[in-house]
Amino acid sequence: MLDKTQAETLQRSRLRARYDNFIGGKWQAPIKGRYFTDPSPVDGEKLCEVARSDAADVERALDAAHAARDAWGRTAPAERSRLLLKIADCIDDNLELLAYAETMDNGNPIRETRAADVPLAADHFRYFAGCIRAEEGTLAELDNDTVAYHFKEPMGVVAQIIPWNFPLLMAAWKLAPALATGNCVVIKPASDTPLSLAVLMDLAGDILPPGVLNVVNGHGSEVGAPLASSPRIAKVSFTGETTTGRQIMQYAAENLIPSTMELGGKSPNIFMADVMDQDDAFLDKALEGFALFAFNKGEVCTCPSRALVQESIFDKFMEKAVARVAKIRMGHPLDPTTQMGAQASRGQREKILSYIDVGKQEGARLATGGERAHLGGELENGYYLRPTVFVGHNKMRIFQEEIFGPVLSVTTFKTVEDAIAIGNDTIYGLGAGVWSRNGTVAYRVGREIQAGRVWTNCYHMYPAHAAFGGYKHSGYGRETHKMIMEHYQQTKNLLVSYSPNAMGFF
Amino acid sequence: MPERVCVTDAAAALLRRLRQEHGDLILHLSGGCCEGSAPMCLRQSGFRIGARDVLLGTVEGCPFYVGAAQFPYWADSQITLDVVSGGGDSFSIEAPDGVRFIVRSRLFSGAEREALAMAGPASS
Repeated sequence: MLDKTQAETLQRSRLRARYDNFIGGKWQAPIKGRYFTDPSPVDGEKLCEVARSDAADVERALDAAHAARDAWGRTAPAERSRLLLKIADCIDDNLELLAYAETMDNGNPIRETRAADVPLAADHFRYFAGCIRAEEGTLAELDNDTVAYHFKEPMGVVAQIIPWNFPLLMAAWKLAPALATGNCVVIKPASDTPLSLAVLMDLAGDILPPGVLNVVNGHGSEVGAPLASSPRIAKVSFTGETTTGRQIMQYAAENLIPSTMELGGKSPNIFMADVMDQDDAFLDKALEGFALFAFNKGEVCTCPSRALVQESIFDKFMEKAVARVAKIRMGHPLDPTTQMGAQASRGQREKILSYIDVGKQEGARLATGGERAHLGGELENGYYLRPTVFVGHNKMRIFQEEIFGPVLSVTTFKTVEDAIAIGNDTIYGLGAGVWSRNGTVAYRVGREIQAGRVWTNCYHMYPAHAAFGGYKHSGYGRETHKMIMEHYQQTKNLLVSYSPNAMGFF
Repeated sequence: MPERVCVTDAAAALLRRLRQEHGDLILHLSGGCCEGSAPMCLRQSGFRIGARDVLLGTVEGCPFYVGAAQFPYWADSQITLDVVSGGGDSFSIEAPDGVRFIVRSRLFSGAEREALAMAGPASS
């Protein structure tokens, strides 16, 4: 056991040794009785066992969702809102337990899960609980006898497949709008990180009517594929990697259903020379912005994994920036002073190391990091890497491919036009950062960057009510804003005639 | 002529076993979020190869493709298909076994790049 303090021991004791599927309002064992081990990236040791489900369990979940579909769809918005608010309160009331589960399953430091992941998840349910209360359709009087009424209706039963990088928050981003709009959901958490959603179902599973929210655990090929390809779903939503996104879109095409996709990114963080005009709080903030590639150990689709620094300040800026990165504090993820934790799996760690090797082969200059972090003791078998900074040019593979780890690739630019060109020279378009004291420059650059989220004089903020999603190969659809609700709804046009007379055709 | 794609013994053995169990397979390399930048091993019948996907080579009878948009960046590397334990969630067919395919890269030398350029693009 890793637990050092009584509080940690208490949290650990509230976890089960084994988690099944949550279907039809109760825990149900996988039909074939198979389980897999969920190891913790903190120390490589077993955290719990989880249901290894397959197509038969997916069918059972779809049965439960369909049985609940009509009643949930007819439930008044105010009642759906009230239940989402209860879920939010439950998350807040159990912050410590959920943050602990998230840290142990994902490797993210408790500092981040307590301050960001868990509170943001609660807020997301509150935001959509608010949105649904204010929702309206429209109507138009087409002529004296004819009225077009536009109603928004739920799609029915929807499938959601989420990644392992922010397990609870990604669940909240998907679940809140789908449930608010009256849909029933079958959601598959990532097999690497099933714990926090499972804990939430233990705490909040009796809030929603049975069958409204169903959780099927297992692997992508055994659960995700039958779920996404089922003819019984009305819509599929996916966050993950590109080939799988294509595969799911192919399934959706076969079934003629809509989809939303959030795929990868290689987000440029652009630093104008004027950030160094003064040695003040803003420069300090920009230096933090540079180091933010290490947030969530780089396992973020919007990781600012490229830094573009204006040539005229490059040497002075890099001296401070690299020093800032070198000070990032690694340690036990449950230690509240730890700033960067473990990569989420051994496979992830190996993949990132292979990219560090590619960077070296390509001739990029290693400014800091570039290797495993040996934290010793019980952490030696965990999946730790040093935050790494390379300097090179934008055509290198480490500038073009998503590494999904704490690896930053830095290059220079001369003019604002160069910055825009280099920033856009990528197949992705999810995020970007623009740092400048000049509001007009920041605005013009931000409008030219082909990315769905342009952080301006900030980075890594994910408030509800700010739309989030990709251009180009980063996918389509915008989450974390009420506009996502349209993706979970049909429009019903009642075209009503109040005329008693035939039209004169036949 | 240098091979674009090599394979370790462990990865080759895994592919043979997976093929026996699941039928014809393909490997597709793309990028993006989470499991990206590691090749997906999928049933050939389930995944539609696009007209612009590039065939890098064949490994244990499995065609290995890379997305057209990514090919220019992989073009100068020899990739070796390997397998590691503790894979991560994935639609890739080996993941439930607790392992994951990854690629390791070696940049081609100047002479190798010339030989490949003269041979022209691979056909699907």
